[in-house]
Amino acid sequence: MTAGVTGAPDREGAAQPSRPVASAAPPAPEKQRRRGSILGSQPLGMVFIAPYLVFLGIVFAYPIVFAVWMSFHDYFFAAPGAVVDRPFVGFDNFAKVLSDPAVWRSFLNVGIFLLINVPLTVVLSIVLATALNRVVHARTFFRVAYYVPYVTASVAVVAVWLFLFAENGLVNNVLGPLAPTPSWVINSWLAMPTIAFFVTWKGLGFYILLYLAALQNVPNELYESVSVDGGGRMRQFFSVVVPGVRPATLLVVLLATITGANLFTEPYLLTGGGGPNGASTSPVLLIYQRGIEQGNPDIAAAIGVILIIFVLVIAAIQRKLVGGEES
Amino acid sequence: MQRRTLVIAAAAASTLALTACGGGGGNQAADPEGRGDITIWYSNNEQEITWGKQMVEAWNKDNPDEQVKAQEIPAGSSSEEVIGAAITAGNAPCLIFNTAPAAVPQFQKQGGLVNLSDFPDGDDYITERSGDLADQYRSEDGSFYQMPWKSNPVMIFYNKDMFQQAGLDPENPSLSTYDEFLQTARTLKEKGVAQYAINPAPTSEFFQSWFDFYPLYAAQTGGTLLLEDGKATFDSEEGKAVAEFWRTLYEEKLAGQEQYQGDAFADGYAAMSIVGPWAISVYGDGVNWGSVPIPTKDGTDPADTWTFSDAKNVGMFTACENQATAWDVLKFATSEEQDGQWLEATGQMPLRQDLTGTFPDYFTANPAYEVFGDQAARTVEVPNVPNSVEIWQAFRDGYSKAIIFGEGDVDSFLSDTAAKVDELAAGN
Repeated sequence: MTAGVTGAPDREGAAQPSRPVASAAPPAPEKQRRRGSILGSQPLGMVFIAPYLVFLGIVFAYPIVFAVWMSFHDYFFAAPGAVVDRPFVGFDNFAKVLSDPAVWRSFLNVGIFLLINVPLTVVLSIVLATALNRVVHARTFFRVAYYVPYVTASVAVVAVWLFLFAENGLVNNVLGPLAPTPSWVINSWLAMPTIAFFVTWKGLGFYILLYLAALQNVPNELYESVSVDGGGRMRQFFSVVVPGVRPATLLVVLLATITGANLFTEPYLLTGGGGPNGASTSPVLLIYQRGIEQGNPDIAAAIGVILIIFVLVIAAIQRKLVGGEES
Repeated sequence: MQRRTLVIAAAAASTLALTACGGGGGNQAADPEGRGDITIWYSNNEQEITWGKQMVEAWNKDNPDEQVKAQEIPAGSSSEEVIGAAITAGNAPCLIFNTAPAAVPQFQKQGGLVNLSDFPDGDDYITERSGDLADQYRSEDGSFYQMPWKSNPVMIFYNKDMFQQAGLDPENPSLSTYDEFLQTARTLKEKGVAQYAINPAPTSEFFQSWFDFYPLYAAQTGGTLLLEDGKATFDSEEGKAVAEFWRTLYEEKLAGQEQYQGDAFADGYAAMSIVGPWAISVYGDGVNWGSVPIPTKDGTDPADTWTFSDAKNVGMFTACENQATAWDVLKFATSEEQDGQWLEATGQMPLRQDLTGTFPDYFTANPAYEVFGDQAARTVEVPNVPNSVEIWQAFRDGYSKAIIFGEGDVDSFLSDTAAKVDELAAGN
C-alpha cells in the first residue's frame, strides 16, 4: 500500500513525455520529481533504512573519512582548546610508512597468516559441517562444542594456549625431542603459523554454522542421484556439497580474510606484543603501537588506509576466484 | 544520478570539514586562579587507594569550600592510554597521582598538562622537596610539567632458599660483578634449583627495557640517562658491557626468552628478580628473599651504585577548572606529613631529598626498606624528550633482536639503535 502512495509521483513523472502539457508542469510536481530522483524510487524505504545509514555513517564512514584526512596531515590528538598546528603534508606519512621495514614485515606476517588461516578455515569448516550434518546422535553437543571457543573471550583462551604451547607446556612435553627450538611462540618461523592455527580453531564454530545453514539448502535428490550413479561419500562431497555451498564459501572466505587482516588480540597477548623480533606483528598491532602508544595517529591512519586497500584487493581477487558465476 | 552523487559528495565534504575542525572548542573554564571543588585520580592498587582515601579525607576536613573527589584511574590496557584519551576528550581530572614520566612529553605535546613552573612557588617547591633529582623531570623548555612524586628504585631480589640449595652463600651472595653474577647464575642453573637464574619479561613492549638493560646501564655509568643533550649515550663501552652481559645470560639459557605466565620469582621459576620496594610487601613471607644492589662490570660500592627509578609522578591537567585549589592539594599531598603517610601505607619512596634522614623512625622500624630508601637518592629516570615512547620502542626492538634472541652482533645493535634514537630525539 505504501509503495503505491510513494510511487505515485514517479509514475506521474514517467508519464510526462507522452503529455506535452506536462512540459509546463507546475513547480510542485517538479519538486516531487527531484526529491524522487534524489531519494530513489522508494523514498519511504530510504526513511526505513535511514537509522542504519546514520549508524553506519557514525561508526564506519566518518572514522574512515577521518582516517584518510589524518593520513594526509601532521596530526596528533590534542586537548580541546589547545592551539596546535596540523598542516597538510601530502603523501609524507605514506612515504614514512612505506619506508619502514616494520610495516612491510607486518603485512608479510598477515599475508602468511591469511595464507594459512583462510584455506584452513574453509576446508575444516566445510568438512566438519558436512560431518555434523550427518551426525544423528549428540548433534547439539557437537555443534555447541565447536561453537564454545568462538564465544569465549580471546584473553581466556590465549591463556590456555600459552599453557599448551609454552616452552615447558603440554605440547612440547608430548613431542619430547621433536619439540621445536626455540619454542612455538618465540620461534620466528612458527610464531605466525601458531597464531594462524589458534585463530582458525577459535573461529571455526562460527564458520561451521554458516556452512550448516547452507547445507540445509542442498536438495537431498542431488545426493541420491550421485548414489544412483554409483558415487560414494567422497563423490557426494565434491560433486554436491562443494558446489552446493559455493555462496557460503565465498562468504566464509571474505569474512575470514577481513577478520584475519584485522588481527590484533592474538599477537598482542600470545606472542607478547608481536614478538619474536616483530615476526608476529600485525598491521593493526602496529597501528595500535604507532597511534595510541607512541602518539602518532597520522602514521597509524596511513597504515590503516593501506590496510583497507590491501584487504579490498585481496577480497576482489577472492571474489573473482571463488565467487564465479554466483557472484 | 548526478544529483545523488552531488549529495554524497556534499556529505563527504561536510564530514571532512567537521573533521578538520576536530579538536576545536575547548575548555574555556580552566583558570590558574580558580578555586573550588576538584577531582583527582589515583592508582588502583590497594595500598595506594588506602593512602589516597586518607589524604582526601584529611584535605576535605579542613577545606569545606574546596572539596576533593577522588577515584581510581578508569580501567584500560594502560594508565597512559586512559589519560591520553581523557586529555583528548577534555575530561581529564585536575590531578593524576600515577603519571608516567615517559608519557609526559606526549601529554605535554597534546596540550594536556599545566606548567607547574607557572605557579609563583612552583619551581621552588619542587626543587626544595626533591633536590637535584628533580632536574631529570624538567621538560625541554626547563619547566616542570610533572611533580616528581615517588620512586621504586629497582634492585636484585634473590631467593635465599634456592641459593642455599645450590650451595651458595644465602647471606652474602656473590652478585656484585658481572663475572660473579654469571657464575652464580650458572651454579643455580646447574644445580637445577630453578628453571632460570633470572627471568625479566622478554616481551616487546616499549617499557620492558626499564627492568633489564636500563638499571644495569644506570649502575655501570654512574647515573647516565639513555639520552643526554638529545643524543643516545649507550653506544659506548659501558653500554656494550651491559648488553654483552645480558646476551650471555640469554645465550647460556640463564634467562628465559619466553614470557612466563605469572610471577616467575614468586613461583620459584626464577631464582632472582629485578624489583622495587613494592616487592617487600608482595613477597612478604611467601619467599625467603634477600636484596643486593644492581651489579656492575667490576663491582661498585653499594653506596655509589645507581639504578632506574621506576617513578610515577603527579600531573595537573589543563581541563582543570580550579587550578589554584589543585596546586594546593598537590602541595598538601606531597607534604612531609603526607609523604610519611605514603611511606607507611605503600613502602614506595617519596621523591624527596634526604629521605632516610627525613623519616628515620620509619626506616629504623622497617630495616628491609632502608636499602631502597638509600638507593632512592641515586636513581635515573627515562629521558624527558619528545618521542620518548617511540625511542624506547626502537631500543626494545633492537635489544630484543640482538640480545634476547642473539641475532647480529652487539656493536651493530648499539650503533644502529643509537642512530635511530638520535633521529627520533631530533623529532624526526
